[in-house]
Amino acid sequence: MFANLDFGVIVSSLPYLFGQGMVFTVTLTALAASMGVVLGTLLAILRLSGVPGVSHLAKGYVELMRSLPLVLVIFWFYFLVPYIGAWVVRSPTPIQVGAFASALVTFTLFEAAFFAEIMRAGIQSIPKGQTAAALALGMTRAQVMRTVVLPQAFRNMLPLLLTQTIILFQDTSLVYVLSLTDFLGAASKVAQRDGRLVEMYLFAAVVYFLICFTASSLVRRLHSRVAIIR
Amino acid sequence: MNYTWNWGIFFEPSPEGTGTYADMLLSGLLWTILTALASWAIAFCLGSIVGVMRTLPSKAARGFGTAYVELFRNVPLLVQMFLWYFVLPELLLPAAGAWIKQLPNAPFYTAVICLGFFTAARVAEQVRAGIEALPRGQRLAGTAMGFTVAQTYRYVLLPNAYRIILPPMTSEFLNNLKNTSVALTIGLLELTARARSMQEFSFQVFEAFTAATLLYVLINVVVIVAATFLERSLTIPGQR
Repeated sequence: MFANLDFGVIVSSLPYLFGQGMVFTVTLTALAASMGVVLGTLLAILRLSGVPGVSHLAKGYVELMRSLPLVLVIFWFYFLVPYIGAWVVRSPTPIQVGAFASALVTFTLFEAAFFAEIMRAGIQSIPKGQTAAALALGMTRAQVMRTVVLPQAFRNMLPLLLTQTIILFQDTSLVYVLSLTDFLGAASKVAQRDGRLVEMYLFAAVVYFLICFTASSLVRRLHSRVAIIR
Repeated sequence: MNYTWNWGIFFEPSPEGTGTYADMLLSGLLWTILTALASWAIAFCLGSIVGVMRTLPSKAARGFGTAYVELFRNVPLLVQMFLWYFVLPELLLPAAGAWIKQLPNAPFYTAVICLGFFTAARVAEQVRAGIEALPRGQRLAGTAMGFTVAQTYRYVLLPNAYRIILPPMTSEFLNNLKNTSVALTIGLLELTARARSMQEFSFQVFEAFTAATLLYVLINVVVIVAATFLERSLTIPGQR
């Protein structure tokens, strides 16, 4: 059954697959994860702020994003971002933002909801006494958050944040629906050009598996090392 | 902003000639629900088996369970979808491959199987966590009562474990439901695909996606309410 497979096609397309495809995937993952963590932390702080309108808004945003499929959100932003851009720069017509910018906005805003839930758990895991003690020392609320709560919350939640980033890495393959050239997109384009679907998709699966398996093993080891002993 | 809103679009006939745009979205909704339920049935059964295997005394069973979970969790769903749809028929005997390709509704069956196997890995992790959350004494007590391993699981461990993991299983069910939208890449005409084609036919992007969004939110609410009732009816009186 493997007799008429031609694995040479993989070798000849390696520079394209990794030089273009994988670079795109990794860039998108790294940028979306770092911006998503920042935005997610903000959302978590807003949600826990207890200010009536604000915390409900943050909660509503997180719940909405979490109840929608990523594919639908990708389509939403693909069509919405040009209008938002036009509104920002006061242009009368929708502006061209390019598929990468649109994908970046999508993944940042979508993953922010998931990072927000992780950071909310992280912030809530810090004993209330610490906040009270810091306030008693005369720190402002912002100082307490920045110097006492968040550093510990990040440390506690680091393994979960990284696991979520691995999921994000896998999810970026869905930019396929916008015909972008991420790793899977590149594999799929070569597959269709050369009529070698079997070889290319098997190869893509193996590469994704190796990367994600290694990364999640590392996260598991990290988890046992950063855990704070109470 | 020069977008022309037209909320009446849902009642205009769709170019497919079989009804309005609203009918089109509703047929998508039905396919989404059908795919989600069918794949959940596979995921629940298979996931329970794999999850139980990961807690068995046998090393081989545990190894198989771990391998299954790692394999299906570390490959993106979209890649798995392509493997089942494009690659598997090529690797089978030619006759079997041809039979699969000619199946009516092939995208539906492929999506159900793919999602079933994919979600099973997640269900397995929940089942394992549920069993491991039980006090060790329960398994020992089962053995002391003279139960076989199978009986211990059937009468002691699983009934308790399933009750513990009901909330995370609800969110796995919802994840599975949302993941059905990935099947649009292999041609399943589910809700997102229908919203997308409505947008292509009518150019009313935001109306189409708003409707799809509301429908997804609606299903989520229904599932969460149903899960709350289920949880209440399954609680053992006097426990906790």
